[in-house]
Amino acid sequence: MESHQLKDITAPGSFTEIAPQVSEFRRITRVMFSRLVVIFGAIIVVVFVLTAFFAPLIAPYDPTALDLGSKLAKSSAAHLLGTDQLGRDVLSRIIYGSQISLLIGIVSVFIAAFFGMGLGLLAGYVGRWVNTIVMRFTDALLAVPPLVLMLGVAAALGGGLKNVMISVGFALIPTYIRLMCAQCLSIKQSDYITAARVIGASDVRIMGRHIFPNSFPPLLVLITTNIGIAIMAEASLSFLGIGISPPTPTWGAMVNDGYRYLLSNPLVSLAPGISILLVVLAINLVGDGLRDALDPRLRGLL
Amino acid sequence: MAALVVRRLIGIVFVIFLVTVFVFLLLHLIPGDPARTILGMDATPEQVNALRHELWLDRPILTQYGHWLLNVFKGDFGRSTIYNRDVSALLAERLPVTSYLSLFSIILSVLLGVTAGIISAIRRGSALDQTVSVLANTGISIPPFWLGILGIYGLGLKLGWLPIQGFIPPTVDFWQSTKQIIMPVICMAVPAIAVLARQTRSSMLEVIRQDYIRTAWAKGLKEPAVVLKHALKNALIPVVTLLGLQVRILIGGAVLVETVFNIPGMGRLMVQAVLDKDFVVVQGTVLLMTIVVALTNLLVDISYGWLDTRIRLE
Repeated sequence: MESHQLKDITAPGSFTEIAPQVSEFRRITRVMFSRLVVIFGAIIVVVFVLTAFFAPLIAPYDPTALDLGSKLAKSSAAHLLGTDQLGRDVLSRIIYGSQISLLIGIVSVFIAAFFGMGLGLLAGYVGRWVNTIVMRFTDALLAVPPLVLMLGVAAALGGGLKNVMISVGFALIPTYIRLMCAQCLSIKQSDYITAARVIGASDVRIMGRHIFPNSFPPLLVLITTNIGIAIMAEASLSFLGIGISPPTPTWGAMVNDGYRYLLSNPLVSLAPGISILLVVLAINLVGDGLRDALDPRLRGLL
Repeated sequence: MAALVVRRLIGIVFVIFLVTVFVFLLLHLIPGDPARTILGMDATPEQVNALRHELWLDRPILTQYGHWLLNVFKGDFGRSTIYNRDVSALLAERLPVTSYLSLFSIILSVLLGVTAGIISAIRRGSALDQTVSVLANTGISIPPFWLGILGIYGLGLKLGWLPIQGFIPPTVDFWQSTKQIIMPVICMAVPAIAVLARQTRSSMLEVIRQDYIRTAWAKGLKEPAVVLKHALKNALIPVVTLLGLQVRILIGGAVLVETVFNIPGMGRLMVQAVLDKDFVVVQGTVLLMTIVVALTNLLVDISYGWLDTRIRLE
């Protein structure tokens, strides 16, 4: 009876069921967008990116055009969010400010991820003294409060777009080193790495083709949420007057500018803050959704 | 336990040593001549040379570092060119203010964060849980400086309930001082509350599934006993680790919040020093803040060992 069944299964044409062909990508996106808040976050992120790209088309005014005749005007049909202390249109400045936020968010996270993952991979793969040196260096960087580290680097380098990217990127490096190193150490133990070594794969090939792609899912979550952290960091530095200098519109600097004119037009200061809040919140929501979808342990939880 | 403390202490000494190297190199990262940058373009070459000599910039770099480190050990962080005072005196004046604010922020964030986390874990999926989750997500996304300005506008300028800036030590005028710190403390605590609530929730959810919790239910214990006596102590272990990390974020918050509310603490001192290019003060503040964070982490590690016997025995 049993042998008969076995025969049946192996016989050609006996398969009535085909294994479900669900692509990994479709499964991940389905899990990710199963929650309403994640969709909400994703929509805001898309709107934010589109705003940054099409700022010149959307903005009703030139963000740096002065109109001293209508300083600190309240919200009206001509100026939806009013004007600031130099008569510049607040809405236009917020729209253009999204460009700086997006740029800093992406470039500084790229810097951090590139150097952090490189060092983490090296430390985890080579081990021994390389690991010790890199991890001690990381511990020291992690001991300094992030904003303080950014301020310190910005103090030495000075402000400006490029230096803000470098200081924010630098402050974000240690988390990548830690995570990449831990991932590398655990993947290194896998049988497929031994197999790759046995068939004569070089160290570079093992790192690049096996360890790196397999450790990528948690790093992707870190990269996503870090874009929000970088945007917040740039806003904080610009708020403190150490980031990007005027007249370039940045959200952090706008909050600081409007701070002295709260009674005349509170929106000058409060509206850009709401943009920061919304964008960072949206990125965090997408990051959460991504983590739920990628992490098998958390799938369906949280 | 003693071995654990000694091991952690050695680690911390090493980390602080590396941080002194970073902080020292900070002055040398400045493009061009630091003495020229400090004095500005209209200083005479003689003045620049005098300052170079005073800052030991005209000697080999290792000699400079050794000299600087030795002075720091003796509690001499150098002299501020802007305030014309010893940096150590400035730090001694400013550190208590920041510590005072941080202490209240930590207490507030632990009380609210852990409570919110427990409630949303034991009522998982309920409307309350979802509200906590939305609030926690918002809490980590709120720029602390913006929250401060919102408070100044609403509670200060519009309603006139709270003072909008300044800091009076509680020993001088307790009532006024308390009113002044309410908004700054809340602004510093909000991100910490959010992170703690999230961590406590996921940690409680992990613990609630364990066998010993089922045993506690099975022997007929009431819900408060199960949650507080059995689940919480174990769920708090990862939360305590996180609290150590929180101090880093709290100090970052202090930098922003002290600037918003014009509070003469360490953060305000550092920001002003960066703006004034008063590098000696920047070095002093970075180093002191790092030492404070490192020592807090040591305390956290020790309490961790006390909470989790497995670590003590390792």
